Amino acid sequence: MRYDSLLDSLGRTPLIGLPRLSPSPEVRLWAKLEDRNPTGSVKDRAAFYMIEQAEKDGRLQPGSVILEPTSGNTGISLAMVASLRGYHLTVVMPENTSAERRQLLEIYGARIISSPAAGGSNEAVRVAKRLSAEHPDWVMLYQYGNEANARAHYETTGPELLADLPEITHFVAGLGTTGTLMGTGRFLREHVPGIKIVAAEPRYGELVYGLRNVDEGFVPELYEESVLTTRFSVSSADALSATRELLHAEGIFAGISAGCALHAARSLGVKAAEAGQRADIAMIVADGGWKYLSTGAYDGTLADAESRLEGQLWA
Amino acid sequence: MAIEVRIPTILRTYTGGAKQVEGAGSTLAELIEDVDARHSGLRERLVADGGLRRFVNVYLNDEDVRFLGGLETPVKDGDTVTVLPAVAGGTA
Repeated sequence: MRYDSLLDSLGRTPLIGLPRLSPSPEVRLWAKLEDRNPTGSVKDRAAFYMIEQAEKDGRLQPGSVILEPTSGNTGISLAMVASLRGYHLTVVMPENTSAERRQLLEIYGARIISSPAAGGSNEAVRVAKRLSAEHPDWVMLYQYGNEANARAHYETTGPELLADLPEITHFVAGLGTTGTLMGTGRFLREHVPGIKIVAAEPRYGELVYGLRNVDEGFVPELYEESVLTTRFSVSSADALSATRELLHAEGIFAGISAGCALHAARSLGVKAAEAGQRADIAMIVADGGWKYLSTGAYDGTLADAESRLEGQLWA
Repeated sequence: MAIEVRIPTILRTYTGGAKQVEGAGSTLAELIEDVDARHSGLRERLVADGGLRRFVNVYLNDEDVRFLGGLETPVKDGDTVTVLPAVAGGTA
């Protein structure tokens, strides 16, 4: 396939069958490999759409400073687009994220401000909002509340899935900004009667929930409960175990959030098989495993890998 | 057997530091009522205006109870109920 530039190659990612992990020939699992995007993650879609929209709205001019709270992938995507378009990027990222994310951000020329590990992405959002108030000339795209994030998936991920898998019965993705689930979910609901939209939410170690009180919690502005059919909390151990199965059974070297989605997808598949129903369950592989090698997720015992991930933002 | 309730760090002041407590009931509301009888104040941190507080997530065997029936979700012996504060997560 030929493209005029890297950004033109965004999306149209492959949907790969998982024959060995599927419960039966009538209940099939499919993985949409979002690591086949320009910087290697699903976030390229949202980053590109958010920058395009900000340009249309006149919010960005050459030399503008973009500010964004991110656990890594969105920052890497924004850094690439910003470097091509002549913007500067400052990201606020929790300090408990993998080393590779920092390296990639630096390679693309982003400036990194670290936020405290305790509180995870909540803290990053809080610090970014404070910086945004202090620097009114900086442009915060704010992925958690930017409609262009969800729209990217409504206009690309959703139609791609429907074209490749018209018989789709379930869509499963990780829950972060909620953009992937909201956008893809709305599109699929409009086109596939009865489709189930299922969120797989990473359950981190206690440090990440280290809020001072419950009222400091955070629900992304993009989140609309009615788009979802249900929502599962997936432990680090279950996500790690499924990530390794994806690698060993199907040859797919994926990031840990893919294991989170697979764990939920497979339990839906098992339920469908037990009920004697056919199902075609599509899940998102948000990124490849490269950025997580330093976490030790792929080798040694599961218990060791789990304890190494304790306190890390692994998705 | 009983129902296991996992408590997040910020609410352990109500459970004397315990990470998990046990309770009984046929619905989530009854379970919370039962646990609150021994750990006074916990209910008020979880429930407001007849529903779960906005920044509190409760999972029954890993599934979000908001999609199962909210406070009226049936529970039974052997279940695990996990309480977590809502946080920004995932690959963002």
